[in-house]
Amino acid sequence: MISDVPVLQQSSEPAEGVAAPSRLSRYARPMLGLLLPLILALGWELVVWSGWSNGRLVPPPSRVFATIADLAGSGELLRHIAATMWRVGLGFAFGVIAGTLLGAISGYWSLARRLLDPTVQALRAIPSLAWVPLFILWLGIFETSKIVLIAVGVFFPVYLGVMGAILSVDRKIFEVGRVFRLSGPAMIRRILLPAVLPAYVVSLRVGLGLGWMFVVAAELIGASEGLGYLLLDGQQLGKPAQIMAAIVIFAILGKLTDWLIELAAMPFLRWQDAFGRTKGA
Amino acid sequence: MLALDRVSKTYPNGVHALARFSAEIKQGEIVAIIGGSGCGKSTLLRAIAGLDRASSGTVTLDGEAITSPHAKIGIIFQEPRLLPWLSVADNIGFGLADLLAAERRDKVARALTRVGLADKAQAWPRELSGGQAQRVAIARALVPQPEVLLLDEPFSALDAFTRRDLQDHLLDLWADTRPTLILVTHDVDEAVVLADRVLVMRPRPGRLFDQIEINLTRPRDRNSPLFENFKRSVLTSLDRSLDRSVPDRDATQGPGQAMWW
Ligand SMILES: Nc1ncnc2c1ncn2[C@@H]1O[C@H](COP(=O)(O)OP(=O)(O)O)[C@@H](O)[C@H]1O
Ligand SMILES: [Mg+2]
Repeated sequence: MISDVPVLQQSSEPAEGVAAPSRLSRYARPMLGLLLPLILALGWELVVWSGWSNGRLVPPPSRVFATIADLAGSGELLRHIAATMWRVGLGFAFGVIAGTLLGAISGYWSLARRLLDPTVQALRAIPSLAWVPLFILWLGIFETSKIVLIAVGVFFPVYLGVMGAILSVDRKIFEVGRVFRLSGPAMIRRILLPAVLPAYVVSLRVGLGLGWMFVVAAELIGASEGLGYLLLDGQQLGKPAQIMAAIVIFAILGKLTDWLIELAAMPFLRWQDAFGRTKGA
Repeated sequence: MLALDRVSKTYPNGVHALARFSAEIKQGEIVAIIGGSGCGKSTLLRAIAGLDRASSGTVTLDGEAITSPHAKIGIIFQEPRLLPWLSVADNIGFGLADLLAAERRDKVARALTRVGLADKAQAWPRELSGGQAQRVAIARALVPQPEVLLLDEPFSALDAFTRRDLQDHLLDLWADTRPTLILVTHDVDEAVVLADRVLVMRPRPGRLFDQIEINLTRPRDRNSPLFENFKRSVLTSLDRSLDRSVPDRDATQGPGQAMWW
């Protein structure tokens, strides 16, 4: 709880902020976003500590972190994280591969789009969780049905993102490629791929978000390990601190993996306005 | 020599955009094509570039029929059409992928200096002004050393001052290797300052109406009376091309005839 002291000092800067707008935007603004959750957490901690509430249903942060530390100490936590990451990773990989391939085909060939897209759009209209009973009947309650469910969740945003990105590439830029007599593969590599990359990265991030959402659903349905299992276990045994611990770890992992995609894409997207600020004009 | 023989174009939607356009353009000549909007200038240029195929008639460069983009023919569009994900230097080198890296770097560096953007080599296209971006587009088209460079209203989106600057600059670059330039414009001043010959087109269907030789030495003085005279004759011809009551003149008779008044 020491770390919030500098944060509070940082956040007092906006009052004098006009003088140093660049420093403010670089450091203080993201910190500003931390202010509210930190105040709430600290406030709740104080409320429980001073005895205003026993904090049984809403455990204070200290108890949540203690639970995390316990789980980590016994090695349990790593096992659950590994199980969940494995499911998300596989589901994400399959969803991305299928979404990218079909999206690219639909975006590239209008005939394939006419054949394929209406079906995909119709399937998309089905709330994905409605598939769960069917997947369990078909694939059993173990890993396969979970991974397929996650893959389905990841598939749609990636498919839509890739197809939309290809369809919206400026025809005029293709013409530049034609003037320089690029071959088909060169056209794809030198014009199409760089042009669709920004939208693709966005769709990957949306897909990953859905992957995390669906892994929770999949693990709530039945699992003997995984962060979702921790949630369910915490509910059944009345351990709210364990539920909140799992939630916190979900949040951290979700943010971390999202950030990894962003980081991996950054070198290729420096040309965009959004990333240009770091370079300085 | 670039030979256009009765080039016609009817679009799939039935628009008769170009009708029997014939012209012969010598190597190194600068030709301006001028005419009202919609009279088929872009259609003609795209046919020469090999981007669209003529419905009938032929385009030949030194005896070779042009039906698809050709290494010896470059084109510059109204918009710079730079690739936003490539640096300025990489944009200029875009057409040089076949060369060795060192050779490409060398050519790009020289082109950058030549268009006065050496300090922008590593900039992104979005960081350029309109005039700078169009200069990069010119460098990109010129660096593979085309024999024919087509320009479709290349300066029309720029302010008058930048436009003049780029016109002079284009002439300067042209003098290096003397490619054939075919420049579509709607700016009479631009046509007279740049061209050896001005082709005037008339619409519906797009066709050649008149041609005017500009017998002025370079560099040209935009304020000289002679310059004004040429401008006036191009303007008069342009007015007549838009006047439906004026019959088609046989524009294939050869040069010089435009001086009849
Ligand atoms: N791709 C196209 N499909 C159908 N009609 C077209 C197309 N491009 C141009 N046209 C028509 O052909 C005519 C000539 O167009 P264009 O060559 O662009 O004229 P300009 O460049 O002289 O303004 C216009 O009537 C235009 O509407
Ligand atoms: Mg045009």
